[in-house]
Amino acid sequence: MMDTSTTTHLKRDRVRDSLFRGATRLSAATVFGLVMAIVIALAFGASLAFQKFGAGFLVSSEWNPVTEQFGAAAPIYGTLVTSAIAMLIGIPLSFGVALFITELSPVWLKRPIGTAVELLAAIPSIIYGMWGLFIFAPWFADNLQPWIQDKTGSLPGLRALFQGPPMGIGMFTAGLILAIMVIPYITAVIRDVFTIVPTELRESAYGLGATTWEVVWHVILPYTRIGVVGGIMLGLGRALGETMAVTFVIGNAQRISSSLFMPGNTISSALANEFTEAVGDTYTSSLLALGLILFMITFVVLAIARLLLGRIGGRI
Amino acid sequence: MSLYQQRRLTNIISMSLSVIATGIALAFLCWILWTLLRFGVPHLTLSAFTQNTPPPGSQGGLANAIVGSLILTVGGVLIGTPLGILAGTYLSEFGRGSRLAMVVRFVNDVLLSAPSIVIGVFVYEIMVRTMGHFSAYAGTVALALIVIPIVVRTSEDMLQLVSDTMREAAAALGAPQWKVITHIVYRAARPGILTGVLLAIARVSGETAPLLFTALNNQFWSMKLDQPIANLPVVIFQFAMSPYEDWQHLAWVGALIITFSILVLNIVARTFTRGRRPQA
Repeated sequence: MMDTSTTTHLKRDRVRDSLFRGATRLSAATVFGLVMAIVIALAFGASLAFQKFGAGFLVSSEWNPVTEQFGAAAPIYGTLVTSAIAMLIGIPLSFGVALFITELSPVWLKRPIGTAVELLAAIPSIIYGMWGLFIFAPWFADNLQPWIQDKTGSLPGLRALFQGPPMGIGMFTAGLILAIMVIPYITAVIRDVFTIVPTELRESAYGLGATTWEVVWHVILPYTRIGVVGGIMLGLGRALGETMAVTFVIGNAQRISSSLFMPGNTISSALANEFTEAVGDTYTSSLLALGLILFMITFVVLAIARLLLGRIGGRI
Repeated sequence: MSLYQQRRLTNIISMSLSVIATGIALAFLCWILWTLLRFGVPHLTLSAFTQNTPPPGSQGGLANAIVGSLILTVGGVLIGTPLGILAGTYLSEFGRGSRLAMVVRFVNDVLLSAPSIVIGVFVYEIMVRTMGHFSAYAGTVALALIVIPIVVRTSEDMLQLVSDTMREAAAALGAPQWKVITHIVYRAARPGILTGVLLAIARVSGETAPLLFTALNNQFWSMKLDQPIANLPVVIFQFAMSPYEDWQHLAWVGALIITFSILVLNIVARTFTRGRRPQA
């Protein structure tokens, strides 16, 4: 009697075990399937545009819904330029913040400042966009833009970069707001990798009489270089795909201008503005092709970030 | 200047720059929050919560948008959380060294960093186009696609923090594996998993881009899930970009509501893991 009930128990548990294991495996496979479905759906939708325009789609800057001629050069250019600005401004800032939190801040201040910086990531991008358009852009146009133009006006190379009416909106403003948005992401990774540096390394450098800066620059940074670059890549991925904040402030013009103060476009802002209004298969397909290109770019950037961060993870 | 002084000077300058960088980051946070308070609070009245979005030029509120946002968020989380926790369980408990786990872990990171607008476009392609119209269902699925990778990631991380000795102790007492996981491991990792879910809620409640192509918007009170539904982010977007002053005021009120709910969620999520972190 006892024996049979134990066997049925065991049997039932074995069935439940395999059911549970199957459910988890199915869920994991679903995640994989979803990402594959995204790639396939985008590639399928984009195929018409690629058939029609071929590789020229990537280099043509024409974007004309009336004649149905489309090229992705302008939005790709805008995406890369705004992200580059975001990185140029965001990396030093993030590095400074991480340095402050890990090396300088008194212990009681670490947590509140760390949390505050992380809250920058919690603010929805549409809020950045509203604030950027209604508050930051006018302030920027009144105070900073004339000053920048004044300072760079005598330098021929730079003048071209910063010319044009000070409107407040444009690619530079978009890049600047993206820089603020990526700070929490890059800072978080730099903080994490800074803390894995063995205390012995730090202390021996200090023991030799190094200043805090020398310890950071000559000991900590070389030790964590790969991880820092990985963090930067994660931030870059964010900047490349950011939509709403950019859509508010970039001005949405389908053209390539040499000046950073002129309105432009990014892949994501073009999608946000035009996707629901696109008429005709070619137009829609061209926008889907833009989406596929954006997905591919962020994929490559993420893969590099994972590779670098994975490598440093192995060293912990 | 002696070498010593030069080194000291370099140190002082770089440390000051670090403090300034921190100051700049915090200043922007304060500036944004202050802006929301300044423009949102004066129009934050009871009617903002009780009346529907108005036509241009008349008074109204955000009731339908708030309820719509809640429906979409709850729906997205209800779909995304179980799937995410189960997938995270596979990665941490069953799959550990397996090839499928490695692939899924990477692919999950891809989904986590995929631009949300691409997710919107994808859901538009597979749902809105096939159904022929925008709908709350499509919005829910888009948000679920954003919830899933966050929950997978945090559940895997949190489950891995549970020590193997605890699993072994339960197994040694004769508990089958499903019982070890559901009764022991989940319980130990619960605060961490909950944090992940809360962070996912915080993340999706502000998402605008994927809803533009899926749930769209609805000027009226609508509970029909196969119809377009009003939601705060898209209402904020449309009202903020409109030339009507009443609409812009409501956009600021919406922005204030959404941001402060998200900040509160974030802070609550943090207190869950604080001190009660599962033992590593």
